[in-house]
Amino acid sequence: MVQKLRVRYAKTGRMRFASHRDFQRALERAVRRSGLPIAFSGGFSPHPRIAYANAAPTGAASEAEYVELGLREEIDPSVVPATLTEALPVGFEIRECVHVTSGSVADRLEASVWQLELQECTEAELRDAVDRLDKAGDVTVDRLAKSGVKQVPVGAAMLSSEIASAESDGSGPVCAILRVVVRHETPSVRPEDVLTALVEHADLAAPAAAGYTRLAQGPLLGEPVTVGDPFSESE
Amino acid sequence: MSVTSLYPVLEPLLARVRKPIQYVGGEVNSVSKDWDDAAVRWALLYPDAYEVGSPNQGMQILYEVLNEQPDVLAERSYSVWPDMESELREHNIPAFSLDSHRPLAEFDLLGVSLATELGYTNLLNTLDLAGIPLRSADRDIDDPLVLVGGHAAFNPEPIAPFIDAAVLGDGEEPVLRVSELVADWKRQGRPDGRDGLLRTLAATGQVYVPAFYDVEYRPDGQIDQIRPNTPGVPWQVSKHTLMDLDEWPYPKQPVVPVAETIHERMSVEIFRGCTRGCRFCQAGMITRPVRERSAATVADMVDCGIKRTGFDEVGMLSLSSADHSEIGGLAKGLADRYEGTRTSLSLPSTRVDAFNIELADELSRNGRRSGLTFAPEGGSERLRRVINKGVSEEDLIRTVAAAYGSGWRHVKLYFMCGLPTERDEDVMQIARLAREVIRTGREVSGRRDIRCTVSIGGFVPKPHTPFQWAGQLDPAETDRRLQMLRDEIRSDRDYGRAIGMRYHEGEPGMVEGLLARGDRRVADVIERVWRDGGRFDGWSEYFSFERWQTAAEAVWQDQLIDLEWFTTRERDFDEVLPWSHLDSGLDADWLWQDWQDSLSEDEVGDCRWTPCSQCGVCDQMDTHIQVGPSDKVWLPTIEVRPTVTAESSG
Repeated sequence: MVQKLRVRYAKTGRMRFASHRDFQRALERAVRRSGLPIAFSGGFSPHPRIAYANAAPTGAASEAEYVELGLREEIDPSVVPATLTEALPVGFEIRECVHVTSGSVADRLEASVWQLELQECTEAELRDAVDRLDKAGDVTVDRLAKSGVKQVPVGAAMLSSEIASAESDGSGPVCAILRVVVRHETPSVRPEDVLTALVEHADLAAPAAAGYTRLAQGPLLGEPVTVGDPFSESE
Repeated sequence: MSVTSLYPVLEPLLARVRKPIQYVGGEVNSVSKDWDDAAVRWALLYPDAYEVGSPNQGMQILYEVLNEQPDVLAERSYSVWPDMESELREHNIPAFSLDSHRPLAEFDLLGVSLATELGYTNLLNTLDLAGIPLRSADRDIDDPLVLVGGHAAFNPEPIAPFIDAAVLGDGEEPVLRVSELVADWKRQGRPDGRDGLLRTLAATGQVYVPAFYDVEYRPDGQIDQIRPNTPGVPWQVSKHTLMDLDEWPYPKQPVVPVAETIHERMSVEIFRGCTRGCRFCQAGMITRPVRERSAATVADMVDCGIKRTGFDEVGMLSLSSADHSEIGGLAKGLADRYEGTRTSLSLPSTRVDAFNIELADELSRNGRRSGLTFAPEGGSERLRRVINKGVSEEDLIRTVAAAYGSGWRHVKLYFMCGLPTERDEDVMQIARLAREVIRTGREVSGRRDIRCTVSIGGFVPKPHTPFQWAGQLDPAETDRRLQMLRDEIRSDRDYGRAIGMRYHEGEPGMVEGLLARGDRRVADVIERVWRDGGRFDGWSEYFSFERWQTAAEAVWQDQLIDLEWFTTRERDFDEVLPWSHLDSGLDADWLWQDWQDSLSEDEVGDCRWTPCSQCGVCDQMDTHIQVGPSDKVWLPTIEVRPTVTAESSG
């Protein structure tokens, strides 16, 4: 491997319904179609040097997903977003690409900013529920996984929250928006777990529908709590 | 008034269903043309889940052929899973096309690809979800024309009341012709309505319209006759054969699925048809004669397809790929061209006697060594002569020995159970054969980790084959023989653990048999099964034999026909078979003679290399064998280099 590239990509529109494995296959094919000089691992069953990190759950959109590519020839990183985006199905978009010399992006992803859009929920209802959840302390919710029921530490992971509302053109249903900074834990806290916590522990009426978008992920920065850019300190 | 997309109302449902990405569309190479610009609009349906239907070559080819026409629009659709079906019904959303999410009922034609009979209940389900009347007789001028094609269309009688028309054989030219006729009919103001259009299609002689034929039955249950009830309609409808496949290099840019599907490779059909004459094989019998694509064309298609899809595997498809007259040069040429690019080449279907190690080595040069699969089909040499499979045990052992000696560790062998004249000892021979394969493999490779998988299913006699008169083996006896084989394989302590066995039980085969050789009286049974909840009959999680039995008993309670009548009963030469008005080009006398020859264990050669056996196809259809070697020159070896380098930026 001669050059390592760090890439931020978005899962938007219909592609938010793709799973992470679906994205992996799509990316490998896009790399082949675009002719990017990807390096391969050695050994009996070589695979392309593509390293993934902390993918969003299926169903969530994202502006901040990260992947690293190992190339066997050096290229200008600024050509990558247009080239790869064109070769990917519509909805997967490469937003940024930089050359890095050390470290792996996975180490720099400590927390995410999640946006939850809750249909037919008012700003006031949401604000009350978030306050109640704050006061409830270290709340956990159950999530069913293949290995059994997991206890997800929602309370401990929710570090800050911000509430807004969006009215759709006056005539449509109201929609409350919650932006939370969630620290990456094990088991990971997903946006749907945050909603479950609000409904089960803070008396929020279950919304008609919920949309999730990851707005950012990166290193956790101090007071006030924010999420930094994993690309800073890269060359 | 334009028809709008259902996507906005579908989207909220997607979070609630399994694998929602399959309903979303927008894949690389998918096409969504302007609705209003089109003169004719096709919805192509493969009546199974996206993961099975998406890689289907037939659909891919027609999707491209149709969309290449400036005034024709074609979109894809597949069966939705039961959880999505519930959501659609609950929210009153009709079945939709994948490419623009428009209601299927808004298209001019619903073109259905019937690779297997087990998709029939899914077909009814889709019609119902689409809001299209189930029965052809109930449809009006605004309902789409339901036109079926694919192998099962060679006997569409069990679904005759549900379809408007069928095309037998290669669909490329017929769909273009149908498009022209539909466009004309629309432009002229739809003269004489639906009936007028169907008559026009039937008059071409290439489109079978079941409504224009009456079927009469005798007291003993057999068909008395099948005859046209409308003037201008032929007594027999013939299949269509596409010649000069080099002129039709499709698919050029197959749709690349985002969801996981059963095949993820660039598939290129290297030839169509087969004349080896295996007597059980409907695919071979109905696709005669052999028409090859030249190695140069195949190489172009591979090159073009790889560039446009990004797949890292190429499958060279046909019924017996190693038989291609230029296969050696083709495999070597492709292996050379893709050296170092990690593109693997595979020949998914090869006959034992055509396979050779040089070929296998070329294919595994660039990528993973894919498993080797052979299909002896019959366990004993005697039985293989009966089915005209022509593979001696010596051939088989020599081939697998070469394979194991060259580094392969695992070979898969396909067999069938219930072939005509089969006895227990023929089935037991499979175990002996498998043990011999392992023994040879260990000896030749010097290793003990040699494996062999025996995959065996029940034989279902099919229309338009020499075995179309045979009685199918009943499920109980099929299961008994399979159990016996399993016990025999396991009983051997030395080899038992090196041999895996995969098998299908007898009951689904009975339903396949009912639908394969059934007539119009089976339609009510299919409808009843569907109403009773039958879906995805090809999937063991959903298939229910009891549902079919109950439906058959209820529908036929006052008649002497039943499930066994259509399956285990042997037919005689003078019986009018339900597909006798549908012509595959094969001479009925030739088929009967071949059936008699099989019972005497006489073999027949392949007319590519031995004298013609007068099966009738070439005379009847004015076609001929088209095989190489060709004189065509390949394009110079394309150097596969990255297009994005440090110099190419800015």
